[in-house]
Amino acid sequence: MLDISTQIGTLKLKNPIMPASGTFSEDLADVFDLDVIGAHVTKTVTREKRSGNPTPRVCEVRGSMLNSIGIPSKGVEAFKKDVIPFYSRYNAPLIVSISAGSADEFASLCEEISVPGVAAVEVNISCPNIKDDGKAFAMRPSTTHAVMRKLRDSTDLPLWAKLTPNTGETTEVAKAAEEAGADALVVSNTLLAMAIDIKTRRPKLGNLMGGLSGPAFKPIALRMAYQCAKSVDIPVIGCGGISTIEDVIEYLIAGAAAVQIGTATFIEPKIMARMVVDLAVYLETQGLSSVRQLVGCVDDKGASDGLVFMEAAP
Amino acid sequence: MKSIALDTAPGTGYANPIHEVECIIRSNDTVNGEYRLLVLNAPLELLDCEPGQFFHLLCPVSGTFKPYLRRPMSIYGYYPDRGELHFLYKVTGEGTSAIATLTTGDTLNVLGPLGRGFDILPNWQNLLLVARGVGLATLAPLALKSRRLNRKLTAICSARSRKLLLSLDYFNDLGVRVIAVTDEDGTSSVESMRSIIEGLIAEDPIDAMYTCGSNRILKLLQSVAATHRIPGQIALEQQMACGIGMCQCCVRAFHRDGGIVNERVCKEGPVFHLQEAVGC
Ligand SMILES: Cc1cc2nc3c(=O)[nH]c(=O)nc-3n(C[C@H](O)[C@H](O)[C@H](O)COP(=O)(O)OP(=O)(O)OC[C@H]3O[C@@H](n4cnc5c(N)ncnc54)[C@H](O)[C@@H]3O)c2cc1C
Ligand SMILES: Cc1cc2nc3c(=O)[nH]c(=O)nc-3n(C[C@H](O)[C@H](O)[C@H](O)COP(=O)(O)O)c2cc1C
Ligand code: FES
Repeated sequence: MLDISTQIGTLKLKNPIMPASGTFSEDLADVFDLDVIGAHVTKTVTREKRSGNPTPRVCEVRGSMLNSIGIPSKGVEAFKKDVIPFYSRYNAPLIVSISAGSADEFASLCEEISVPGVAAVEVNISCPNIKDDGKAFAMRPSTTHAVMRKLRDSTDLPLWAKLTPNTGETTEVAKAAEEAGADALVVSNTLLAMAIDIKTRRPKLGNLMGGLSGPAFKPIALRMAYQCAKSVDIPVIGCGGISTIEDVIEYLIAGAAAVQIGTATFIEPKIMARMVVDLAVYLETQGLSSVRQLVGCVDDKGASDGLVFMEAAP
Repeated sequence: MKSIALDTAPGTGYANPIHEVECIIRSNDTVNGEYRLLVLNAPLELLDCEPGQFFHLLCPVSGTFKPYLRRPMSIYGYYPDRGELHFLYKVTGEGTSAIATLTTGDTLNVLGPLGRGFDILPNWQNLLLVARGVGLATLAPLALKSRRLNRKLTAICSARSRKLLLSLDYFNDLGVRVIAVTDEDGTSSVESMRSIIEGLIAEDPIDAMYTCGSNRILKLLQSVAATHRIPGQIALEQQMACGIGMCQCCVRAFHRDGGIVNERVCKEGPVFHLQEAVGC
C-alpha cells in the first residue's frame, strides 16, 4: 500500500503538497477540487485592515518574479467571518498565516485566530518588527525567540514559524524558533531583490524592492531547508521555487517533511493537484512505499558540520 | 491515485468554471502594421464567455523570448458554432513578441475565461462605445452581443492615424454606426469627441456608455455621463500574476461610498463602473 501521507507534529496531512501563503485563495476552487492537496494555507492576515503596497506590485525577472504585494488585509474580523467558514467544506486542514508589527500584537492576533476550523497557525515572522528596529523578526535568533515565546503562550494550536532567507544566521534562527516552542518551520519566505527598467531608469516595483520567488530562488531555499532540517528536530516544510515533481523530491531528500508551492501556481494553476499524482507515481516507480522513506535521505555522509552549516559561499 | 478529478469538485457541488487548455492555433496573422489576430481552436467549455472577460496566456519560451508570467488578453471574439476563440493584440514586449512567433498548428496554453464582463441591462437600449487603439479588441464582442440583443449601438473609434484604425469593417459589417476619429485629422481631441457625443445625445438619448483603457477618454466619459446621468462601464488593465484573484498584485483604486477602495482587476474586473474608476 502506497502511503503518501506525512506528519507535521501532531497534524497528519494526507499528502505533503500544500500552497505557500499569498499564492493561494478561495478563488483556486474555481480551477480544481481543493481537497486533493494536503493542507490549505491562507494569505497572511493582520489584525487591522491594510491596503498593501503601491503598484506595480510584481515584475518578472529571468524565469522568476519579484513581488512587493505587502500584506493587504481585510482584518481579522472579516477573515473569521468569511474565510475560515469557506474552508470548512474541505477535509484538508486549514493553516492560517498571521503577521503583526510586535511580539505582543503577534500573540494577541494568534489568540484571536485560534478558533475551531483552524488546524495550525503559520507565523510570518519574516515581516518587519515595527516596534523594534524594523528588521524582520526571523533575521536574528534573539528576536525570533522572543516572538515565538509569546506566540507559544497564546495558543494551543500547532505553530509553524515561517523563516526568511534575508539572514546570515539560518540555523541559529531555526534553533531559536524550535527552542521557543515552534512545532514546524516553513523554509522559506522570499529573498529581498530589485529590478530596474533601463529605459525609464525607474525601479520596476512601486515599492522599490520586493521578494524573489520562483525557480531562480530554489537553490537558496533548498540550501536553507537542508540546513534547518539538519539543525532541528521539528519538521521542516520546504518552500521556494518548486515547479516540477523533481523539485518536490529534492526538498524531501534534503529533509523537508512537506512542501509549499507558491509562484508555480500562477503559471500552472493545477500544479499542486498534478504534484500529488506525480509524487505517487514517482514513489511507485522507485519501489518506495511511503514519503517517509525519502525524507532526509540525502547522502551527505562525511560532510563536517562546518560544511553543513556554512553561511558563506566557498 | 490516478482517478483524481482535476476539473470537478465532487462533494462540494462547486463547478470549476475556469479551464486551462492547450489550444491549437488556426492562424496568427498581422492585421495591419501594429496588430495581430490570433485564432485558436477552442473546446466549448472555453467559449462560454462574456464580452469583457479575458484569458491568461502562457507565452511560448524560445531561445529569443523567455517570458515567465502569463499575459492577460481580452477576448476579441468567441464563436461556439465554429469552435473558435480570437485575440487581437499589439506586440509590445517579450510576451507578445513570443506569441507573435506562433504559427498554424502550434499550441498555446490558455487559462479562462476570467473576470467579470460587461453588462447590457434590459433598459439599456441605445448604447455608445468609445475605443482607442487596441481597446477595440475588448469592445468588439460587446458590439456583437448588443447586436444580438437588438440594441442600437454607436461606436466612436479613435487611433493615431487612419491606417491604424482597427475593426472598422468588423463594426460596419455588424451594422453598427461608426464614427472614426484620428490624431492626424485632429478629430480625436477630447473637445472634438465631447461635441460628437453631445450631438449623439441630443439626437437620441444614450442609455449606457462603454470604454476601456485610455485615461483621456475615461475622464471625458465620466464628465459627460455625470452631466447627463448616464450609466457606464470601463474595462481596465493592470499588471497581473495569477489572473484569478489569489495574489492581489492587480489592484486599482476606485471611488466608493465617499472613500477609496482597492479592487482586483482580474477578479472584480476587468469591467468596472465608469464613475468609480480613478484616472491616473
Ligand atoms: C484584462 C486585460 C486585457 C488585455 N487585453 C489586451 C488585448 O486584447 N490586446 C492587447 O494587445 N493587449 C491587451 N492587454 C495588455 C497586454 O496584457 C499587455 O500588452 C501584455 O501583457 C504585454 O506583455 P509583453 O511581455 O509583450 O510586454 P512587456 O512590457 O515586456 O511586459 C512586461 C510585464 O508587464 C505586463 N504588462 C505590460 N503591459 C501591460 C498592460 N497594458 N496591462 C497589463 N499588464 C501589462 C506584462 O504582462 C508583463 O508581466 C490586456 C491587459 C489586461 C490586464
Ligand atoms: C505574490 C506573492 C505573495 C506572497 N505573500 C505572502 C504572504 O502574505 N505571507 C507569506 O508568508 N509569504 C508570502 N509570499 C511568499 C510565499 O509564500 C513563498 O514563501 C515564496 O514565494 C517562495 O516560494 P515560491 O518560489 O514557490 O513562490 C508571497 C509570495 C508571492 C509570490
Ligand atoms: S492577478 Fe493575482 S489577484 Fe489579480
